[in-house]
Amino acid sequence: MNPAVRRSLRFVPLLLLPLVPLVDHNNSHIDFLANAGAFILLALGLNIVVGFAGLLDLGYAAFFAIGSYSYAMLASQQFGIHVPFWVMLFAASGIAAIFGILLGAPTLRLRGDYLAIVTLGFGEIVPQTFLNLSQYTNGPNGISSLDSPSLFGHRFGFSATPYFYVMLGLIVIGVLLASNLQNSRLGRAWMAIREDELAARHMGINTTAAKLSAFALGASFSGLAGVAYAAKLDLVSPDQFQFNVSVLVLSMLVLGGMGNIPGVIVGSFALSFINSFLLPQSTNLVHSIGLTWIDFTDYRFMLYGVILVAMMLFRPEGLIPSRQRRAELREALTDPGISAQEQTEYEGAAR
Amino acid sequence: MDVFYQQLINGLSLGGIYALIALGYTMVYGIIELINFAHGDVYTLGTFFSLAILTGLGVSGEVHGLALVGVVLVTMLAAMLLCGITGVLIERLAYRRLRNAPRLAPLITAIGMSFILENVMQLWKGPSPISFPAVIPNPSFQAGGVEIAAKQILVIVLAIVMMVALQLFIRNTKMGKAMRATAQDRDAAQLMGININTTIAMTFLIGSALAGAAGFVSGVYYGTTWFFNGFEAGLKAFTAAVLGGIGNVAGAMLGGFLIGLVEAFATQYIPQGAQWTNVVVFSVLVLVLVFRPSGLLGEAVPEKV
Repeated sequence: MNPAVRRSLRFVPLLLLPLVPLVDHNNSHIDFLANAGAFILLALGLNIVVGFAGLLDLGYAAFFAIGSYSYAMLASQQFGIHVPFWVMLFAASGIAAIFGILLGAPTLRLRGDYLAIVTLGFGEIVPQTFLNLSQYTNGPNGISSLDSPSLFGHRFGFSATPYFYVMLGLIVIGVLLASNLQNSRLGRAWMAIREDELAARHMGINTTAAKLSAFALGASFSGLAGVAYAAKLDLVSPDQFQFNVSVLVLSMLVLGGMGNIPGVIVGSFALSFINSFLLPQSTNLVHSIGLTWIDFTDYRFMLYGVILVAMMLFRPEGLIPSRQRRAELREALTDPGISAQEQTEYEGAAR
Repeated sequence: MDVFYQQLINGLSLGGIYALIALGYTMVYGIIELINFAHGDVYTLGTFFSLAILTGLGVSGEVHGLALVGVVLVTMLAAMLLCGITGVLIERLAYRRLRNAPRLAPLITAIGMSFILENVMQLWKGPSPISFPAVIPNPSFQAGGVEIAAKQILVIVLAIVMMVALQLFIRNTKMGKAMRATAQDRDAAQLMGININTTIAMTFLIGSALAGAAGFVSGVYYGTTWFFNGFEAGLKAFTAAVLGGIGNVAGAMLGGFLIGLVEAFATQYIPQGAQWTNVVVFSVLVLVLVFRPSGLLGEAVPEKV
């Protein structure tokens, strides 16, 4: 069989996903899937910045905040403005992209780790600003009762099912966009920058433009996720966008495999599942047998931390790695003493 | 004008704490070019260790006379030692294997270590702020209309003494020389017979011990702490290290005091300034990195290829 056909056959089970709400009528399950979908979108976006272009962005939640707050301010009673949800999806991803460029433009000259710290600072400033400007944002209370999206006159309301389909649709678009980008001229430029920026510049790549577009595109995914998530939650408040959200999304990438779209999706889904299902359920389980002093949800940050440390030490390429990323990370670990056999392995893998 | 001088004193004592933390950032960055993200949490751990030691000593309030000197010295030195050991363990566990990996790999493990430490402290003392005994009696001195508390003098003096001691250590001892050599060129240093593992471990020991000292004085100074304290303080101290010129010991000190002053004056002179101090400090960080990444006292170093 043609390898391309065989590869695409693997994705056939995914076609069953839209049927889930028809089979599973438990609203909390659909709700979980819709939330997980928002984080998959975030992970896909961060993957463009960190995975493809190799720029460590530690303030990614800021763009999520910007997307959410744009929806909350432009589609609620807050200012009496009611822009439709579908328009806001485009508008907010545009707004987030603009902020991505605003952040990127002055900072792109910086080396990798300095860039990480500046983005972290940005990630702190944005929610703090939303918190402080309480005359516009209601400060710590946030903005609630946002407009419910509607499609062909059907209002979404509080059921999770329509949001599930929205997220699924956005993810499909996101995956198509990201995978096409990856194989485009721009995607190859990102990869070249990631591996060796100096060499990339010498090969004639406009590194500034390439990095800025990585920031802008990554941010726009986050803006999309922000709008959909805010509409679903019916509330935005500054504490939804703290540093731990940025680290959570980063952990998803590190777990699944930076730079590899299926890996990122699996990593993201796995962490969401652990967070909202496994930890609370296992806590309930041990509580039911009388061990009431144990609460596994208290170990959430420890879990992110252990994932980051253990993965970087033992499997930096992630559980489902991209071949190129694997070669880069592994080669560096064994450098300078690469054995001849390994060398051929890498070359084979990279091909 | 009194308000100005009062904020000057407040800013300098805040800055003393940032400076002590910044020394650790700058030393580690200087030698292995890693932003030791977990450093801020080692500092908070210093407060937690001090609290445990004070509880162990049965101290829960003011101490006077010779006993005060004893309690302060014992607590601080023990906290420094424990933090130093923690720092060495972190390096051994999370950073050493990744020394030749792409730069972002150890930075990611550093973030991971930071989250682990925060979670450990949260499990240890719970998620709410905890109070720290006011060990040092607090007579304050009046100079004009300005009030200077004893603990403020302690912070400022301690920071300066530590910086001078560190500077002397790096300039004059054999280990200090090894550190400078390793920072300059790790491979060449190794060829000259320097044990770089020991040298780097030593750097972490000293840097983390200084964070431990900062943790103790911040406990005394603020009278309260919580598990997440180190995140913000760490970021500000890192800003201080960058502002002063990363890798430069005197620069870290200068940057620390400047950041403390920025914070104090922002609180005073910007309307609702207390809400905006973080925004101001991080804006300083961004501006310095963009316009003068080598900092005030640092030299511009071309990127190693």
